[in-house]
Amino acid sequence: MAGTATQAAAPEVVASGARPGLPLKMARRALRWLGVVPFGLYIALGLAAPMIAIAIAAFQPESGGFVVSHSSGPTLSNLDTALHGEYFVGLRTSIELSIVTSILPGIFGLLIAYAIHTAKRGSVLRRVVITASGVFANFGGVPLALLFIATLSTTGVVTGWIKDVFNGFNIWDHGFTLFNAFGVSFAYMYFQIPLMVLVIFPALEGLRPAWREAAQNMGAGTWQYWRHVGGPVLFPSFLGCVLLLFGSAFSAYATAEALTGGTVALTPIQIGALLNGNVVAGQQNLGYALGLIMVVIIAIVMTGYTFVQRRAARWLR
Amino acid sequence: MAAIASAEESGTQIPVPAARKVTRRRSLPVWRWAILLIAAAYFLIPLYAALRFAGFKAFTQVVGYQDFGSAFVLSLRLALIATVLTLALMVPTTVYVHLRLPQIRRVMEAITILPIVIPPIVLIIGVLKVAPGFLLGSANLLGLEYVILAMPFAYWSLDAGLRSFDAKTLVEASNSLGAGWPTTLWRVVIPNLRTAMLSATVLTVALVLGEYTMASLDNFQTFPVWIVNFEQNSGPVSVAASLLALLVTWILLMLIVTVGSRSARRHGTGQVQLFSISTQSASRIIGEPE
Repeated sequence: MAGTATQAAAPEVVASGARPGLPLKMARRALRWLGVVPFGLYIALGLAAPMIAIAIAAFQPESGGFVVSHSSGPTLSNLDTALHGEYFVGLRTSIELSIVTSILPGIFGLLIAYAIHTAKRGSVLRRVVITASGVFANFGGVPLALLFIATLSTTGVVTGWIKDVFNGFNIWDHGFTLFNAFGVSFAYMYFQIPLMVLVIFPALEGLRPAWREAAQNMGAGTWQYWRHVGGPVLFPSFLGCVLLLFGSAFSAYATAEALTGGTVALTPIQIGALLNGNVVAGQQNLGYALGLIMVVIIAIVMTGYTFVQRRAARWLR
Repeated sequence: MAAIASAEESGTQIPVPAARKVTRRRSLPVWRWAILLIAAAYFLIPLYAALRFAGFKAFTQVVGYQDFGSAFVLSLRLALIATVLTLALMVPTTVYVHLRLPQIRRVMEAITILPIVIPPIVLIIGVLKVAPGFLLGSANLLGLEYVILAMPFAYWSLDAGLRSFDAKTLVEASNSLGAGWPTTLWRVVIPNLRTAMLSATVLTVALVLGEYTMASLDNFQTFPVWIVNFEQNSGPVSVAASLLALLVTWILLMLIVTVGSRSARRHGTGQVQLFSISTQSASRIIGEPE
């Protein structure tokens, strides 16, 4: 490994001059980092700078207009507003929605993954399900929202079917709506379930047949195998995948926005409403504060994810 | 186990009889079929509903519809900008890290996961806050930012591609034959990375063509934004456009799978990628017969 590096570095070392000894070594080491400078710069400008700007703006007092005054010091008032009233309700709804649309699709996705896990490697069933999962998991956002409008809106096809079968029973007259968090959760599962299938499948494949055989040789039944071997090995992976699904649902914006026209009270939608320029100015920093809160929540979730992934890696692979 | 393995091996030559024998032996119990049926109903009924809702006529109207042309051209332009920049930035970086700075691979993995986990709505409001004036009024800003969104896909595809052949030995051989870095990159590394670059390209294009959040916050009417804006005017046409978008996504992803598994068969390694997060394990998911 070191040999490659030295050889490959040779032309640059010559170019860097004939300084002997330690400075040469240091110069060579510094030069090696040059190769990642463009990437680092792009990340700094396109990713780090915007995030830092949000973190700063979240603590700046509202300017009341487009003129930002730098005279007043940092304040907690934006975060305070963001954690009370309608914005707190939005945050709570977002979290509840994300929990529901990560646990239910998590369980259902696990069952689907297990069903195809028991099918033969390379079989048609496996190919169809995995390929379809790949397509549907990538199929978030706008087209998805419209699919559900065509299916379950007042004039939707399935709404019509229910009317036909149950003597004109209109679900929209009995409390159903696509345009609240409950309706949105229907659409979210459409990309959450396939995502679960894709992320949990490697963990299922990691369960070695030898473990099952060993358990059976020692007289364990199916239930005992899952209770004492399969379940405990799989659980950290399952938890990790559910956390991933939580993050995916929590950050989703396009589906809810396109489905409800921005009327559902979810944090991403509220941020969009505060910062898309169509509302009265003077509450931008509140939007940045909400953004900061979202990032903090995602960071907590991802920390948990990393932790359980480490646990999962102990047995799998 | 050995019997199954050999059956799979022969399956590549005479697939039908071998596959049948094995499937019969490990047939799926009733509850598994029930789950797959429920899943099929949940996923296929909305597609059918959308087809019914749109009707045949709406499909013929999509292309000629108001502003469709300009929105689609804008999306294609952004896809082109993002793809070219992503490849230009990520191919040299990934190769360089792989060959000369392998110790920072963990850092790279951590950085490349960020654009996936940071909510796009948060990223775009930050970008709009810091972007310099000359970029703010231009759609090119979106193109530049899509590079950040596409970076994880590109990095993981390319990293998997680099692991699939002995890059180190080939580069050493090339260097010892007197080739400089540019020649080595262009004539040795890149030809071996063609599949990985193709899947990076396809994933980037699919991502840009479907991206709504950033474009709508930046007030540019890309293809997905156009679909939403015109949903009020004509539901059926918007639904038809959505189905076409799904079809395009499907074709693009099938392209990766096909090319990926063909090259996997040739090189004896699997690198088929269907979704970002599962990239490293996707080849095992598909389960190419070994």
